[in-house]
Amino acid sequence: MIALQASLDGILLGILFALIAYGMALQWGVMNIINIAQGDLVILGGYIAYFMYLSGIHPAWGVIVSPIIMYFVGIGIYKLVINKVVDRDLFISILATFGISILFMQLMNFAFGADVVLANSGYGTTMLFDNSVVLPNSKIFSAFISIIFAIGLVIYMKKSKLGRAIRATAQNARAAKILGVDTEKVYAATFGINAALCGVAGALISITFTIHPYMGLPYTIRSFMIVIVAGLGNLPGVAMSGMGLGMFEEFADYILGTEFRIGSVFLLLVLILVYRRFKLSKKREYLK
Amino acid sequence: MNKNIIFYAAILIFGVTAPFILPAFKVQLSILCVLIILAITWNIQGGEMGYNSFGNILFYGLGMYLCASVQVGMFFPLAEWTESGGEKTFVHTPAQFFQGFGVGLAVAAIVPAIVAGLIGYSILGLRGHYFAICTLGLGVAAGEISGGIEIIGAGQGFTTPPFPDVGRLEARGEFFYFCSFAVLILTFLAVKSIYSTRFKLVLNAIRDNEDKAEAMGIETMKYKIIGWMISAFFCGLAGGIMGGLVGYIDSTDVAFDGREMGVFMVLMAILGGKGTLWGPIIGATTFHFFKEGFWTFFLGWQYVALGVLIVVIVIYFPEGIMGWLREKYPERFGEVVDEADRKAQVELK
Repeated sequence: MIALQASLDGILLGILFALIAYGMALQWGVMNIINIAQGDLVILGGYIAYFMYLSGIHPAWGVIVSPIIMYFVGIGIYKLVINKVVDRDLFISILATFGISILFMQLMNFAFGADVVLANSGYGTTMLFDNSVVLPNSKIFSAFISIIFAIGLVIYMKKSKLGRAIRATAQNARAAKILGVDTEKVYAATFGINAALCGVAGALISITFTIHPYMGLPYTIRSFMIVIVAGLGNLPGVAMSGMGLGMFEEFADYILGTEFRIGSVFLLLVLILVYRRFKLSKKREYLK
Repeated sequence: MNKNIIFYAAILIFGVTAPFILPAFKVQLSILCVLIILAITWNIQGGEMGYNSFGNILFYGLGMYLCASVQVGMFFPLAEWTESGGEKTFVHTPAQFFQGFGVGLAVAAIVPAIVAGLIGYSILGLRGHYFAICTLGLGVAAGEISGGIEIIGAGQGFTTPPFPDVGRLEARGEFFYFCSFAVLILTFLAVKSIYSTRFKLVLNAIRDNEDKAEAMGIETMKYKIIGWMISAFFCGLAGGIMGGLVGYIDSTDVAFDGREMGVFMVLMAILGGKGTLWGPIIGATTFHFFKEGFWTFFLGWQYVALGVLIVVIVIYFPEGIMGWLREKYPERFGEVVDEADRKAQVELK
């Protein structure tokens, strides 16, 4: 029964991870940057929902408010920093966003305090299988909302003009420019959409789990891991590997103990990379 | 050549007399030495080899824990020591302390180098940003895992043996200062001699184009592992000294502190100029002055300042101080410049 409980918990958690990873894949594919501050954007989104909760509004509304605010935060970060690292070495973008990550961590620490907080949604729990599996309704709610947002975004990318421009830029930025796409605008919008996705995920995390200013980096690493397992632009793959990661974490939590949970996530990243490196080196290739 | 000898002699004399001229800054100077060592070691694979690692903090933290554990474990049961926490139930005699510290430093240097050799084959097969993220994960994982191990103090930390009573109050600061200064000189001499051999050319070839280097018949993997091992060796030494200097080891805040030391070493090397001998030294010194300024004047805001500093350095000074000097005074770096060409370029600007 514990296995079933862990699996269901993991799947619901994994859907949330997949949403963050989708944003990561989007900016990586379009702008060729790896954003270490991804997790900190998530946490910032979470604090927006938490403050709505504090001021008496139901935190579930954060799912709508948080992405709107985060979109503009994302655009701001793009204009200040990211546009200077877009066409440079990937390592530069990693280091620059690492700086942003430290900056955000500390600013949030000042603004919101170093306590672990959560927004209480008061949704209650669902019992399944003769009360042997307990699922908080907030987790089911968050998975449901994540799926809605992911599907909405996929449709938006397929149908809208901006979505087409983003996909064109991802395929070939120079050609898109020649054909009259304002790539600068596309990049800004991409980063904004990514930040908005982080906002949604953060609001959901503040309802289902806890948030803390320094909890960002694990979310970045999780989304990075999901993207390298699934590959860029492979949406079903992102969803599947997100759920797989969620289940891995829940099982690691049960078997090894909670204190090794984050450590096991980081170790899994190293193992995945090393596994892929050996697999590719048989063909005399390397991860690109 | 003559000029060089005078220059080195001046630095050496300053280094030896510094704790007596500036007695209030002994701890700061020791930290500066450790920072310079870290910047130099990072530069070996980050600058010369082109493998930008965020994970050298792994060797630093490993060295720190190993040195302290050996120093305690040689004379007393380690588990009881860490369990007693701050309460001093066991006391090292001076002889025990120095013996333990010496052996501890040796272990702290050799074991990280062996670890680097063991994981090197797997990790160094990754390139570019995958290597960077993988080593970042390695450093954080090490911190999280060591925070769960009981025998080295787990979450409550590990108090290193207090400095024994040798009659003078000043002795502690001087001891750690001369330790770190000696290791710094050792590191510098080792790296300088390495940089004048074929080994450095191989590392540069790997940085510039690894596939071509391999096609030229260089066993790149072997050289990459050796480069990383050298880096780990001195990183571990620096960690061991820093552990004794700080006096308290916490898994994520002191030893495997990826958010501070792990980024600092990258930043210092980039600020000074990657891939040069003197760059990391200049970078670390400049950075330390800046940092202490921030830490004093913006107390509480230091990490905000640090974040801004990282972004500004990375975006606007990716070539570092040495790179900037090189562009300004190319003759000094042994580059032949055509005067007419230079004038034409200045006019064009």
